[in-house]
Amino acid sequence: MIENRLYGRDIISTRELDLSQIEQILQTTSALKAQPLPDLLKGKIIAHCFFEPSTRTRLSFETATLRLGGNVIGFSNDESLSIKKGETLYDTMQVIANYADLLIIRHRQEGAARLVADMTTKPVINAGDGANQHPTQALVDLFTIYECQNRLDGLALALVGDLKYSRTIHSFLEICTLYDIRLFLVAPDVLTLPENFCNLLKKKGVRFSFHQSLEEVVQKVDILYMTRIQQERLNEAENKKLEKQLVLTQAILANAKPNLKILHPLPRISEIDISVDHTPFAHYFEQAANGVYVRQALLALLLNKELPFMSQSS
Amino acid sequence: MSKTLSVAAIQNGTVIDHIPAGQAFRIIYLLRLLDKHLQVTVGLNLPSKRSKLKDLMKIKNYILTKDQANEITIFAPTATINVINDFEVTEKIITTLPTSIACIFICPNPVCISRTEPVDSFFYIEEQGKQVFLSCKYCEKTVDRNEIEVRI
Repeated sequence: MIENRLYGRDIISTRELDLSQIEQILQTTSALKAQPLPDLLKGKIIAHCFFEPSTRTRLSFETATLRLGGNVIGFSNDESLSIKKGETLYDTMQVIANYADLLIIRHRQEGAARLVADMTTKPVINAGDGANQHPTQALVDLFTIYECQNRLDGLALALVGDLKYSRTIHSFLEICTLYDIRLFLVAPDVLTLPENFCNLLKKKGVRFSFHQSLEEVVQKVDILYMTRIQQERLNEAENKKLEKQLVLTQAILANAKPNLKILHPLPRISEIDISVDHTPFAHYFEQAANGVYVRQALLALLLNKELPFMSQSS
Repeated sequence: MSKTLSVAAIQNGTVIDHIPAGQAFRIIYLLRLLDKHLQVTVGLNLPSKRSKLKDLMKIKNYILTKDQANEITIFAPTATINVINDFEVTEKIITTLPTSIACIFICPNPVCISRTEPVDSFFYIEEQGKQVFLSCKYCEKTVDRNEIEVRI
């Protein structure tokens, strides 16, 4: 029997995951995608606590829970909560922790998931905390890359767009440091990767370089990871300037490697032209679909000491 | 030529010398010296052979613990901390940079959960070359020691 390295754990930040845990998540995702196991969460109650709006993350977590036979309680915004009466997040989540077997939390304040994880013995999954972390999206991205390229080591990835504020990028970068991945960072100066992340990449020996346009990197990479420019972060003049910069069109892909796949955590605004959707490179909707399988794997691993396929040789 | 001390000698207590200029007040708050109603004499921007200017602090009738001395190194890695007994140095406290620190600081990130919820702040401390960085356990933001605010 293979040891479940995630049982009873929290998923708060990708910086806490080691290679063996990540490999286990990838293997469990592949197994559940190939062979659905509808009773893994039978009798379990999963609290989906979304204090701020979410489409894909919330619905994919709900779908994952239901597909494994679990029950969903929760909310999709904080309008109906006692938090509006002045109750602290700490007290609110303390109460919910008594009702559920596992807590999923999305909150606009950074560190909210950590606070909840410290407070309860129940497993907690961070579904996004401000601009800090979004570990499950990073795992979805990693699984999608592994699935479409059949490897992780030796790949060249371009991370494009908002490298400063994107929590998905920040979470994903931490995982990249565990693999032999070459990074091309494509962003305007105002949205470049923060210094602390550059220091992390240097410390871990990751090869990376900075670029200003997609044309500079498109021939060199196996994965083009696009992100949305968060307009609310910039002033009007900056937004206008960036509107047409870093927009991926079919023409830019003319010299792409045949195995190139384009990913995007979605929602997209205008950074990927719709004509790209019909090229063999577009892979973002498959990536979104994988969200359910990866989240199934996480729920299954956190709540089951043993899983049926763990007895099989790996 | 007569030699006069800028800050009067103490008979018993602790002397913290070679504090980088400008850091003395942060150390006072860090060690909660005002709350303890101790007699503290402070010299600011004193001439220093090592670094042009320095701060100096003498705490009467109070011996710092090893942990307190270690905390000082976050702001004053070059400080010397001596225990005084009957006007003589009887012990030089050897310090090491702590790996973490709780309760003392406020996270400078305005959207960090530790600023609004009833929890103690907690920072991991890391030295990179001559720079000291603090990383908030909650929001994971890493800041230079000069950006951190001491809870008053």
